[in-house]
Amino acid sequence: MRKLLPIILVSFAAFLFLIRLFYLQVLDESFDEVSTNISVRKIYDYPQRGYIYDRNGKLMVGNQPAYDVIAVPQEVKNFDTLELASLLKLTPQRLKIQLEKAWRYSPRLSSVITPQLTKKEYAVLQERMHKYQGFYIQKRSLRDYTINHSANILGYIAEVGDREISQNSYYQSGDLKGKQGVEEQYEEALRGERGVKHYLRDIHNKNIKPFKEGKFDTLSKKGSDLHLTIDAELQAYGEKLMKGKRGGIVAIEPSTGEILSLITAPSYDPDILVGRKRSKNFTKLYYDTINKPLYNRALQAIYAPGSPFKALTGLVALQEDVVGLEESFRCNGGYTYARGARMGCHHHPSPVEMVTGIAHSCNAYFAQIYRRTIEKYDTPQKGIDVWRGHMASFGLGDYLGYDLPVGRAGLLPDSDYYNKVYRYPTYNWYASATLSNAIGQGEVLTTPIQLANATAAIANKGWFYRPHIIKSIDDKPVDNKKYTTKQVTTIDKEHFEPIIQGMHDVFNYGTATFLRVPGIEVCGKTGTSENYVKIDGKRMQLTDHSIFIAFAPKDNPKIALAVFVENGYWGSRYAGRISTLMIEKYLKDNIERKDLENWILNHTLEDEYAKPYSGELFKINQ
Amino acid sequence: MPKTLLQIDWLTILIVIILISFGWVNIYSTTFVNPDESIFDISKIYGKQLLWIILGVVIAIIVLALESKFFERFASIIYIVATLSLIGLFIFGKTIAGQTAWYSFGPFSIQPAEFVKTAVALALSKYISEINNDLSKFVSQLKAFAIIGIPLALIMLQPDAGSALIYLAFIIPLYREGLPQAYLSVGFLSVAIFMITLKFGFGIFAPVFVAILIMIYLFNRKRKPRFWIYFLTLLFSLGFSYSVNFILNSVLLPHQKDRFDVIIGETNDIRGSAFNLYQSEVAIGSGGWLGKGWLKGSQTQGRFVPEQHTDYIFSTVGEEWGFLGTSAVVILFTILILRLFHLAERQKSQFSRVYGYSVLSVIFVHFFVNIAMVIGLFPTVGIPLPFFSYGGSGLWGFLILVLVFLKLDAKRKSLD
Repeated sequence: MRKLLPIILVSFAAFLFLIRLFYLQVLDESFDEVSTNISVRKIYDYPQRGYIYDRNGKLMVGNQPAYDVIAVPQEVKNFDTLELASLLKLTPQRLKIQLEKAWRYSPRLSSVITPQLTKKEYAVLQERMHKYQGFYIQKRSLRDYTINHSANILGYIAEVGDREISQNSYYQSGDLKGKQGVEEQYEEALRGERGVKHYLRDIHNKNIKPFKEGKFDTLSKKGSDLHLTIDAELQAYGEKLMKGKRGGIVAIEPSTGEILSLITAPSYDPDILVGRKRSKNFTKLYYDTINKPLYNRALQAIYAPGSPFKALTGLVALQEDVVGLEESFRCNGGYTYARGARMGCHHHPSPVEMVTGIAHSCNAYFAQIYRRTIEKYDTPQKGIDVWRGHMASFGLGDYLGYDLPVGRAGLLPDSDYYNKVYRYPTYNWYASATLSNAIGQGEVLTTPIQLANATAAIANKGWFYRPHIIKSIDDKPVDNKKYTTKQVTTIDKEHFEPIIQGMHDVFNYGTATFLRVPGIEVCGKTGTSENYVKIDGKRMQLTDHSIFIAFAPKDNPKIALAVFVENGYWGSRYAGRISTLMIEKYLKDNIERKDLENWILNHTLEDEYAKPYSGELFKINQ
Repeated sequence: MPKTLLQIDWLTILIVIILISFGWVNIYSTTFVNPDESIFDISKIYGKQLLWIILGVVIAIIVLALESKFFERFASIIYIVATLSLIGLFIFGKTIAGQTAWYSFGPFSIQPAEFVKTAVALALSKYISEINNDLSKFVSQLKAFAIIGIPLALIMLQPDAGSALIYLAFIIPLYREGLPQAYLSVGFLSVAIFMITLKFGFGIFAPVFVAILIMIYLFNRKRKPRFWIYFLTLLFSLGFSYSVNFILNSVLLPHQKDRFDVIIGETNDIRGSAFNLYQSEVAIGSGGWLGKGWLKGSQTQGRFVPEQHTDYIFSTVGEEWGFLGTSAVVILFTILILRLFHLAERQKSQFSRVYGYSVLSVIFVHFFVNIAMVIGLFPTVGIPLPFFSYGGSGLWGFLILVLVFLKLDAKRKSLD
């Protein structure tokens, strides 16, 4: 019996070990992944981000090298703290703190001591680097702007946040990613594809050799270069004109839907969001809640379209065949559409028909033909929905589908909307209740880009391409169906003639005769829209917005635009001037009307914008 | 001489050669830097081990060349010399990592404890085989324990608790030769109580144990069990269980206590006390069926497992040779031990039998404790895997231990 002990013991041990080993090695597969995590290190190769050019091939955004100074604390030997600190543009205390931080993070791994030195700072430092053991330079690429405008179109790049990392497996902590504008919209094209090399590392973090002979390694793919549809010169000019004003300009090439310029004011120089100064400046922009420089008014601000909307009201009335071109209406300073309810009008020759109605912007005319349009149908609900269908075909009331990451749908009311507002069927409502829509002053709200697009549709006599900002990627023209498919409006082509004539006559004898551009046949429409604001819970009316839409030349139009200038009082005053200057600039390249240009450059609306915040009573529209 | 050589147990020799060779292959994998360098470069660990192996062959030849009577005749002297060599450590020894376990000769060091095992085995065999000694008698037991206890105490003082633990192996030959069952029972009971208390605490152990004991007593009532045995068992068990905490906190050093905590899952600090075991388990666990291939284990090549060429050498086998390699090593050791058992049992002289039992027991305890530690079944104890781990003293110690027995075995017929 006693002899059996060794056999029992060794059999027991062998059995126990085999079970345990089988479990560890064969059954439990979790160790494979743990092993890879421990022993394989990935080293990334970030390709250069793609360049951004304007429609004429002018470089807008390139890259510039920046130099991070990093240190491996363990390797740092005694050095002249004062000298290095001055080279790095740090205080000696700061340098010490940074080094201590690096020690705490890891003695063996490198930490950034100071980020993003400029080329010049680096040049000085480079000669003396050998004196500082354990310090190294790490090159990285930053955006380099050759322009000082277009910030809101271009967007910026910044480190990805935790949320983006969890949503998109491509990104890792510390990666840069486009935010806002083209940088965000075309992030994948611009960034390219980073390459990765897998190395086996040892316990001291040294790379031993490629992991599995580089089987899992990938090469980096350079970022694609983009050509935008933007005309950089026109864009710069527009931003110059908008100095001291708030609002937006959108200019579109009608034949293609290409956005020639997209301006929001106030804006900022994109260069201030590059490099070391970035976070300070971004904070400043972000918290400027009065000017909102990061807010793209051209895409996100919704305004009542005002009188330019009359052009559309006229088109719908013609399409619905509720008015003849020769039929004239009297206007005695307004239109009484119900007992005690009257829509005012400014002073102009009377009577008017379609063409002169547009030229003089007669409220009474358009109120009546609008009313006829709605009342053509049995119920106002039906009428409104037909009207809405026509309007929607111009791209109003919905996101346009352009290739920029922000936008607003605006508002194009339908019967449901009014049923709710007027509590139908408890109460009935009629066309007259929605009459302000006729003159763009009712419930309708549009963004500048929507109005610019509608203008392009008028210029084209009934069709448009979705506005877009991308022209080509790596010199391959964009063939996205979304931007190469013609969108057709519900209005027949022949109805556009009188409307365009009326818009042309705006300059001939109408509301904007002083804005004629010599040598160019411009069509346009002024607009003035009342607006209200709520400050500290108090609703107050501010000076009217100045609005203008225009396209030129009248035949074979090359540019269509919409301009909104907040609190610019009336259409031709600011927006009209700016519109025609933009057209003149784009089509003729030089401005003959120097006085007009100087007027705009020398007038700001800062006083107007300060009024509601002054805390004092103020007058508007003066 | 050639006649004796023919009677050597070649199966044992074969297994030992396989273990040593495979061991070196794994040592090379854990320590090579540049595969183009010579394997004989003795500035490198694998080069040194190769030198130890070659010298080991010389030692083996010398041992086999000695007259087999020599070992029995000089057992006492060998034992005294060995004991003196342990005492001498405290005067001439070199301290490495807090343990005074080495004699230093220039770049090389020698660890006498590795050879003392053979000396103890010889002395014990000689003592037991003397006619007037009977292990059922208390005096004989005491003397046998003293033979084991003196070097054990000296090694404890180095301090090297791991190596000292090995000396418990000699309980197995003593038991074979008549040591009362009670010792073994008390031993097993102690280990069991210690582990159970460690895991569940005294509060759970005590009532459960009392209940079980009462049930056994009631069940055996008709056979008139001796009440005092039960009483003593109860007293001992509860007392021991109660003192487990004390042992853990006061007798064991903090790092030893941590090692217990790691095994029973009390702590999972993979950057601290559980680091070695975690890295070892990752290396072994990622090996799969067939392993990642020689020199291709990412954990081994990244040198993530501490002490991988010595105590943790088995983890290299696990990672680079997979379950195939580890099970082969386990089975080889099992065959070796069973073969030694077979040889020991066929001895005609009691001296040879006790010695053979000592050899298999020492190898078994090393094998069990080392692999159990590396795969997370036993607290970290710094003892090598026989023939496998790096180290000249260990390799030679085991070679001498086994070859002395093979020599005795080869000569057994002439002893009639």
